[in-house]
Amino acid sequence: MRVIGKPFAKVDAGPKVTGQATYADDIVLPRTLHCRILRSPHPHARILSIDTSAARRIPGVKAVITGVELPVKFGILPVTQDERALEHEKVRYVGDPIAAVAATDEETAAAACDAIKVEYEVLDPVMTIEDALKPSKDERIQDYGGPNNIHKLVALEFGDLEGGFARADHIREDLFFFQGNTHLPMEQHSAIANFVDGKVTLWSSTQVVHYVHRALAKVLELPMNRIRVVGASHGGGFGGKTDPFAHEIIVCKLAMITGRPVKCTLTREEVFYAHRGRHPVLMWVRTGATKDGRITAMHFRTALDGGAYGSYGVASTFYTGALQPVTYDIPAYKFEGCRVFTNKPPCGPKRGHGTPQPRFALELHLEKIARDLGLDPVEMKRLNFVKPMSRTVNWLRVTSCGLEECTDKVVRASGYAKRERRPGHGMGFAISSYLSGAGTAIYWNDMPHSEVQIKVDRGGVTAYCGAMDIGQGSDSVLAAIVAEELGLEPRDVRLVTADSDSTPIDLGSYSSRVTFMAGNAALEAAKKMRAMLSEAVEASGKKYEDVSFEQASVLAEARFGTLVTAGSYTPPKIAGPFKGSGVGPSPAYSYSACVVDLDADERTGLVHINKVWIAHDVGRAINPLLVEGQVEGSVYMGIGEALMEEQEFRKGLHKWPSMLEYKSPTFLDVPDIETFIVETNDPEGPYGAKEAGQGPLLPVIPAVNAAVFDALGVWIDETPVTPEKIVEALRRKGKGEPARVGPGAFPAIPYPPSIKVEPPPKDLSVTTAAI
Amino acid sequence: MRQELEREVEHVLVSFDVNGELTDLRVPVHKTLLEVLREDMGLTGTKHGCELGECGTCTVLVDGKPQLSCLVLPVQVQHRAITTIEGMADGSRLHPLQQAFAELGAAQCGYCTPGILLAARSLLDDNPKPSRDEIREALAGNLCRCTGYVKILQAVELASTRLT
Repeated sequence: MRVIGKPFAKVDAGPKVTGQATYADDIVLPRTLHCRILRSPHPHARILSIDTSAARRIPGVKAVITGVELPVKFGILPVTQDERALEHEKVRYVGDPIAAVAATDEETAAAACDAIKVEYEVLDPVMTIEDALKPSKDERIQDYGGPNNIHKLVALEFGDLEGGFARADHIREDLFFFQGNTHLPMEQHSAIANFVDGKVTLWSSTQVVHYVHRALAKVLELPMNRIRVVGASHGGGFGGKTDPFAHEIIVCKLAMITGRPVKCTLTREEVFYAHRGRHPVLMWVRTGATKDGRITAMHFRTALDGGAYGSYGVASTFYTGALQPVTYDIPAYKFEGCRVFTNKPPCGPKRGHGTPQPRFALELHLEKIARDLGLDPVEMKRLNFVKPMSRTVNWLRVTSCGLEECTDKVVRASGYAKRERRPGHGMGFAISSYLSGAGTAIYWNDMPHSEVQIKVDRGGVTAYCGAMDIGQGSDSVLAAIVAEELGLEPRDVRLVTADSDSTPIDLGSYSSRVTFMAGNAALEAAKKMRAMLSEAVEASGKKYEDVSFEQASVLAEARFGTLVTAGSYTPPKIAGPFKGSGVGPSPAYSYSACVVDLDADERTGLVHINKVWIAHDVGRAINPLLVEGQVEGSVYMGIGEALMEEQEFRKGLHKWPSMLEYKSPTFLDVPDIETFIVETNDPEGPYGAKEAGQGPLLPVIPAVNAAVFDALGVWIDETPVTPEKIVEALRRKGKGEPARVGPGAFPAIPYPPSIKVEPPPKDLSVTTAAI
Repeated sequence: MRQELEREVEHVLVSFDVNGELTDLRVPVHKTLLEVLREDMGLTGTKHGCELGECGTCTVLVDGKPQLSCLVLPVQVQHRAITTIEGMADGSRLHPLQQAFAELGAAQCGYCTPGILLAARSLLDDNPKPSRDEIREALAGNLCRCTGYVKILQAVELASTRLT
């Protein structure tokens, strides 16, 4: 391999280090109008009237719209079409959009928003999971779901749960709480739309060009062929730009009304309201184990604080129960999940989507069981690791699995087993797994999830794909694959990506799907192109390697005419035979293991992380430099969630919608990170590759909490681990109370009777994909 | 209605050197240097993350020192020399920091990159051989959400080696 496995610079590094990359807010079109959005100051209120007359009279104001102009509801999931671009009947969180103005400059647009008069009937807000489970004082937040403010209830049971618990020598129950937090991309969301000749074009900082395209067609009531969506250079997503957003629809509508380009860039405060971040999740888990540490049964309950709208919430709810059996061989498993609506910005997918919360709980819970049984936590976990080429009790298909190797790497390198015992010093170990792309699309269809077309033309090669590079390097992966197959360098491959007019479908940058899915599509297209080029060269009596690419392309174009090939990727149909089985299946799972070394001060509660060792089974590193970058970034974000990042609300208001007060790690807070790339050569991944962007975040958080226990003997059973919580736990320990800070009870939730599912045959055989 | 719309917006004439080019502009007195660079001069390489002086994304150099352009009014930098990311390369030849950032993957989404590159350049101009802790300290006002900072630290060190 000349390109695959080599640390090539990213193909877009040049524009990014010179300021030439064009992000959405950098796009300037002649006569552009600027849009500002009026947002609700109330967490929960009925809108009685909206008077825009004064705003319309302000010089420079070109259009003012309210929800009356955009009444059609939308939402990322077909089952929860509950959002409006502008709400004219009811607002459900502080920041809910009500009206929008297009004006000649941003200040005029803002002044016009101030001049809009809205009459509200203020309703009692619902701000906690506990309150959402009770009847509303005034009225429920959404008119679907239920009872009360419950959005979704799920209950699934696999295998013989009662028998499993009966076989156990030891049964333990624990409660955990994972606090909500947000993506905090450096780039504020931005979108600019143009309307020319009856066609709308939108440039946006989105992760999912195709899903935005669908939402626009629905709300604007235009056929998809009248709309073009282009992903601009992307300033960071982490899941936060994976929904279609109000401002994207609004600028299109305003462009259609005014006949001029309209741009909207959210303020940082508005980015906190757009949110769709990590759900706060309360968790209860009960596990049975034999005295030597084998898990016999597990019962896992979750309650998700969803915020005001559905977003990805139904999927998030299933994800809080889906992946526990993907790392541990759990013979009997019951999962009950619940998502509630509250009057807060909607939660959705953040890096790890719905799985970091249960991973946090699961890793700490097993650590506690190991200590109960007098076993080494690493060895007890290892005893229960899933095996490669197996099926889990909940019908998920595990192909390649590098858990053992990942564990060996970090345990050995960190010296975990022989760690230094000094006061305030500790180490923690945890593992995790994540999807290499969701096995099912957001909306049910049988079409491919990713398609790539390649054009070769007089020595030039261009690859076309809908994939959206959000900084993770998906463009570089596409270029590397095409270059490898055609015998070129990545920089020789021109790319056209993320443009609904000129590129074939790719579902977008979410669920860590692009390397696996677009990569396989690119590989197929590139192999076909290579075959045509080789055939033409050989017909001339030469070998492909002995002629220049330009010569090969000329010979092939002369022989075949225009040179175009295509490849597509459709995930295997592997979902289990039960309702709700669509969330969790993936063509392959990545695996990670992590050790955190820290010092915790028992007087101040301050935690200093000394070092993190992390090993990640990426299947095969197409570009090890980019894999390391994804792993390091995941560790960083995990440290942020473990130690400081949290969203809190007071009287319906976000307490700190600013980058200064929402604490995130700086250069001074991130320790040395030692990364090990583990390659297991997945049978279906392109060149054996799996995901790298999300999985490595997951083990970091529980490893921090486990290390705090190792250091001070106190359990912080929630995130983030703040100095206040450590000091409080030590105070309780000192008084002889349980040395723990965490939730005290799990509320009574009316889960339905569980759907009972027979587990699948455990063994699996998969043949290497014929590509 | 906001008061400023009812009265004439006060404009000022400003004159400064941007990336070696002398520039005269007439701008509203309250417009920030960030806005003037991006909107009046088309220098969109300077990014914004908060416009409140919290994230470091809009860092430019004023007489070689890092400044948050979202907190600077043009009148404060009259006749001073401003360097933006567009002025960092020598023509089409990348500055060693830019080269190192590209080679080592220190730019993922790239949005914080211009600000960090300029802050790092100011550091290396003053201290060509900084320790890792000195780099951390110098860049601590610039947030990055993608990289975990690791590759950025390595890239600054690589550039430092190549520059000395």
